[in-house]
Amino acid sequence: MEMEELAVGKSWVHGIDPRLKIVIMLVFSILVALNNNIHVVTASLLLSILLIVTARLDVRFMLRRLGMVNGFILFLWFFMPFTASGENIYSLGPIDIKREGVHQALLITIKSNAIVMMGITMLGTSSVFSLIHAMSHLYVPDKIVHLFFFCFRYIHVINDEYQRLKNAMRMRGFRPRTNMHTYKSYSYLVGMLLIRSFDRSRRILQAMKCRGFRNKFYILHHYEMKKFDYAVAFSSVAFAVFILVLN
Amino acid sequence: MTFRNEPATISLKSICFDYSGVQILNNLNLEIEKRDRIGLLGPNGCGKTTLSHIIMGLLTPVSGTIEIFGKRMESEKDFCSVRGKIGFMFQDSDDQLFCPTVIEDVAFGPLNLGQSPEQARQTVKRTLRSLNLEGFEERVTYKLSGGEKRLVSLATVLAMEPEFLILDEPTTGLDEQTTERLVEILTQSELGYMIISHDRDFVKRTTNKLLQLKDGQIYQADNLS
Repeated sequence: MEMEELAVGKSWVHGIDPRLKIVIMLVFSILVALNNNIHVVTASLLLSILLIVTARLDVRFMLRRLGMVNGFILFLWFFMPFTASGENIYSLGPIDIKREGVHQALLITIKSNAIVMMGITMLGTSSVFSLIHAMSHLYVPDKIVHLFFFCFRYIHVINDEYQRLKNAMRMRGFRPRTNMHTYKSYSYLVGMLLIRSFDRSRRILQAMKCRGFRNKFYILHHYEMKKFDYAVAFSSVAFAVFILVLN
Repeated sequence: MTFRNEPATISLKSICFDYSGVQILNNLNLEIEKRDRIGLLGPNGCGKTTLSHIIMGLLTPVSGTIEIFGKRMESEKDFCSVRGKIGFMFQDSDDQLFCPTVIEDVAFGPLNLGQSPEQARQTVKRTLRSLNLEGFEERVTYKLSGGEKRLVSLATVLAMEPEFLILDEPTTGLDEQTTERLVEILTQSELGYMIISHDRDFVKRTTNKLLQLKDGQIYQADNLS
C-alpha cells in the first residue's frame, strides 16, 4: 500500500515549508470555494495547472485522481442544467436547458478541480508525517494531530494484518460469492481486524508508558522558514489579494 | 544468603493476579538484584508477560506488594518515576516503534525524561552507535526488516539509560544472525536484565540464573527437569 507517491521529488514545490503549504492550501480553497466569478475561478484553475506542471508531477496519476472527483461531479451535469429556473438556452423536446443551471454546474466543476489539484500539489508533495508535524506547529489541537498521526502510522500494520487474514482465508479455499457464507466470513474478518487493532492500540500505549510517556508529545524537528518560503508566501498573498480585488 | 548494602532492584511479595476468575499468579515472590541476569521460562499462557507487566505497573495485582529500588509502588505516579530506570522491550516491535523515523522513536524516551531536543539527538547518536546502527536515523520505522526493528526497539529502550532491562520474548521471529547480534550485545553490556523466553538456548547463553513460572509461582529452573 503506497500513499505517498508524489512526496518524493526535488521540484520547487517539494521544497516549500510544509506549514506554508497547509496555509496556502486552506486559504486557496476558501477563496476559490466562495468565489462566483467565472473568470477568477478559471484563473485559479490555470494557476493550479501551472503548479502541477512546474512541480513535475506524474500526469497520469493526477488524471486518475481527478477522474474520481469528476465522477461525482458528472451527476451534477445530469440534473443542474435542467432543474434551474431562468433563461432557456436550448430545448431538447420537452426538456429545457437553462443558462443559470449550466453556469452553476460549470462553476462547481472548475472550482472542484482547481481545489483538488491545488490540494494534490501542495499536500501530496510532502510526506504525511511532515504535514502532521506542520499541523502541530500550526497549533492544531493535539488530539486531532495525534489521531492523524496514529491512523497513518498503523494503517500499514492493519493493512498487513488484513492481507494476512485474507490470504489465510484464500489458502483454505475461500472464494467470495454472493451468499450468506461470504457475508459472514467477511464480517468475521472485519470484526477480527477491529479487535486486533484495539488490542494493538492498548499495547502501544503500554509501550509508550514504559518509555516515560505522560500524555505529552515533544517535537524533535523544528521547521525554519527560508528566504524561498517567504517569496512563496509573498506571491500567495499577492494572488489572494488579486482574487479578492477582482471579486 | 546474600549480603547486600543496597535494596533489591525489584522485589515482589505475595503477588496474586487473576484474569476473569482464572488464577494466573498465586502468592508469587521474586527478588531481583541489580546485576542479576535472569532467564524466565514457562509454557505459553502461564503468566510470564503478566508478571512483567505487573512489575512495570501496567497491570495492578489483586494483592501483594511491589518494591522497586527499595520504594514501595502504589500508584501510577510511583511507577512513572521508575519506568525510565527499568527498560522494557515488548514482544512485538510494531507495538514499540510508533514514530515515523528511527531518530524520533529513539528520542521519544529521552525527551519524555526531560532532555532537550539537542541532548536527545546526542543520546540517539550514541545509542545507535553502540548498537552498530549508525546511519539509521532517518530510516522509516515501518519499513525496517524484522531484525532491524528488534534492534531499533532495543535502542529505544537503551536510550533511556535504564539500570535494568526486561525483555519479553526478544528472539521471536529473529534469524540466526540477528539472534547472535543480540547475544553479543547483551553479554557485553554491563546491565542486569531479565529475559522472558521459550528459547532455552538463547536464555542459557545470555543469563546465569534460570527461573521457571509454574502454577503461578516462581521456581529455580535448575531443580526442574
